[in-house]
Amino acid sequence: MLVSEAALEDVHEDVHKTQPWNNPDAVPYIRFENVTKKFGDFYAVDDVSLDVYRHELFALLGGSGCGKTTLLRMLAGFEEPTSGKIYIDGVDMAGVPAYERPTNMMFQSYALFPHMSVEQNVAFGLVQDGVSRSEIKQQVAEMLGLVQMTKFAKRKPHQLSGGQRQRVALARSLIKRPKVLLLDEPLGALDKKLREQTQFELVNIQEKVGTTFVMVTHDQEEAMTMASRIAVMNEGVINQTGTPFELYEYPNSRYTANFLGQVNLIEGVLVDDDEKYAVIKSDEAGCDIYIDHAVQGHQGMTFWVALRPERLRITKEEPKETKYNCLSGKVEEIGYLGGISTYHVRLASGKRIKVTEPNSTRQIEPRYTWEDTVWVSWEAGAASVLSK
Amino acid sequence: MSNKRSTFLLSALVFGFAFLYVPILLVIIYSFNEGKLVTVWAGFSTKWYVSLFSNDGMIDAAWNSLRIGVMSATLALALGTPAGLVMSRFGRFKGRTLFSGMIAAPLVMPEVITGLSLLLLFVTLEQMIGWPAGRGLSTITIAHTTFCAAYVAVVVQSRLSGMDISVEEAAMDLGAKPAKIFFVITLPMILPALVAGWLLSFTLSLDDLVIASFVAGPGSTTLPMKVFSSVRLGVSPEINALATLIILAVSVMIVIASAMILRSERMRSRASAGADA
Repeated sequence: MLVSEAALEDVHEDVHKTQPWNNPDAVPYIRFENVTKKFGDFYAVDDVSLDVYRHELFALLGGSGCGKTTLLRMLAGFEEPTSGKIYIDGVDMAGVPAYERPTNMMFQSYALFPHMSVEQNVAFGLVQDGVSRSEIKQQVAEMLGLVQMTKFAKRKPHQLSGGQRQRVALARSLIKRPKVLLLDEPLGALDKKLREQTQFELVNIQEKVGTTFVMVTHDQEEAMTMASRIAVMNEGVINQTGTPFELYEYPNSRYTANFLGQVNLIEGVLVDDDEKYAVIKSDEAGCDIYIDHAVQGHQGMTFWVALRPERLRITKEEPKETKYNCLSGKVEEIGYLGGISTYHVRLASGKRIKVTEPNSTRQIEPRYTWEDTVWVSWEAGAASVLSK
Repeated sequence: MSNKRSTFLLSALVFGFAFLYVPILLVIIYSFNEGKLVTVWAGFSTKWYVSLFSNDGMIDAAWNSLRIGVMSATLALALGTPAGLVMSRFGRFKGRTLFSGMIAAPLVMPEVITGLSLLLLFVTLEQMIGWPAGRGLSTITIAHTTFCAAYVAVVVQSRLSGMDISVEEAAMDLGAKPAKIFFVITLPMILPALVAGWLLSFTLSLDDLVIASFVAGPGSTTLPMKVFSSVRLGVSPEINALATLIILAVSVMIVIASAMILRSERMRSRASAGADA
């Protein structure tokens, strides 16, 4: 049965609402236009163009020194771009000082005012705006309620734990209802357990207040858990922008593939190229790799086949079909993590392949042991082919 | 073996402290001496304290010193604070090392040279513009301000460079303009350093003899100058009483200044330790 036109329209509208980046008519809320920032001769940010939409929780992801923090600080007004333009809600931010921008920032160190109580810290932004005392009192109480810090209103920052300070910093940066909230490594100073719990809390608060969040992080797990979209940065340039799903399943480069999750990269040469499939010959793998879609490139070109460890099958018996996508090697390392096990398999070429396997049934003894000869295989659809 | 070492360390400690403090202790003890001879104990008495307070010359000198101390410590604070601020916040610029070196130089400059150069300056100025007319309390105050400002600058700078700059950025981000940030955020955060700097300056000014002797004029005798000149005529037990009082005052101030510095250090380290937790 055919889907009616109207229903299709509805689906489209819905997609455009939840994924404005897929809607060609959507107006970006924050826009970077060819922004470059130089410190001396060093390009911290190099010709970056980026659109962020309203209500997004956008993450800038990258290693240290990749320019993500500089990008955030330019948005806040602490740094001026060397060239290029930044727009927030359609307004050019050139020359607008930090204290007049519609942004607020949550600092990595939280930067709470040590000589003020929690209450005074949170109220600071409103006091600067000359809001009436009764209004301030009410809004501060509301905000402390939102971050569950009402009990600690009279305390000084040094009397709080790390997690509590993080909440105060969040409340302080949200109280002016900024158009954009900037978060610099918001969970970086928390320990692992608290971090996981806080990730979801932060997302919930974002949904409640509806503010656009732009967050800087070096933690790919944090970015994937929280963000609607992620820009992967490297050496001042945005490598790839997309939803966590897109970045993980369809990386555009080895850098992105490596940065998000774990990946095996097998180098090979394109030997057969068709509209429906491609074959890559790899000395490293010791077998031919069959790809179930066309590859952009000519024969003889070098490609890297990206294989996620969890998409690989590991068996003791030789699979029936060994012509394509089948490696054999010896188990070199075993990591038993309970829920899953990871294996490092060394191929004849010396290449190590990482495989993870869920331990979905209870075994009497471990399935594989060191120096076992095993076979590693995968579905043709599991591999992505990268040219850079 | 560790026992042996600790015996050695213990005796080193005792000897070191004795070397430093036995003379001072003697002064304090002899200030309560009944007799007129400084080196012969003749029984306990507080009569030298009484006679000290009825010695007008001594009281005048103390009053001078006090006024000079308060004035120059306050001026040093006003000059040294901006200098410390510049050294820690101006970023890199050409000649930064030279600049901070020059600010710290008065700390190690021989006092004789400081005193002599200031005297030359004052005399030249008087000939050229007629000010300062003669030398007195004001010239001593200016002289003391110069080297005290260096101390304040160093104390303020070390406090500021230990301060997280993003605290000021946060204030700006929340809508405060730079001047307001200085008064509402920076100043309260460096207040302990300012108090310590003031107390230190006051103590240094109170203590100075050499520079003051160069730039003093008639009627502007400071306490150290008075003490020094009266000792040349023979040490009277009155001086011991005075010394005891000075030691008491200076110790109290040093203790307060150190406590202020220690408290701000502790607050800071606690703040950063909490952030790691």
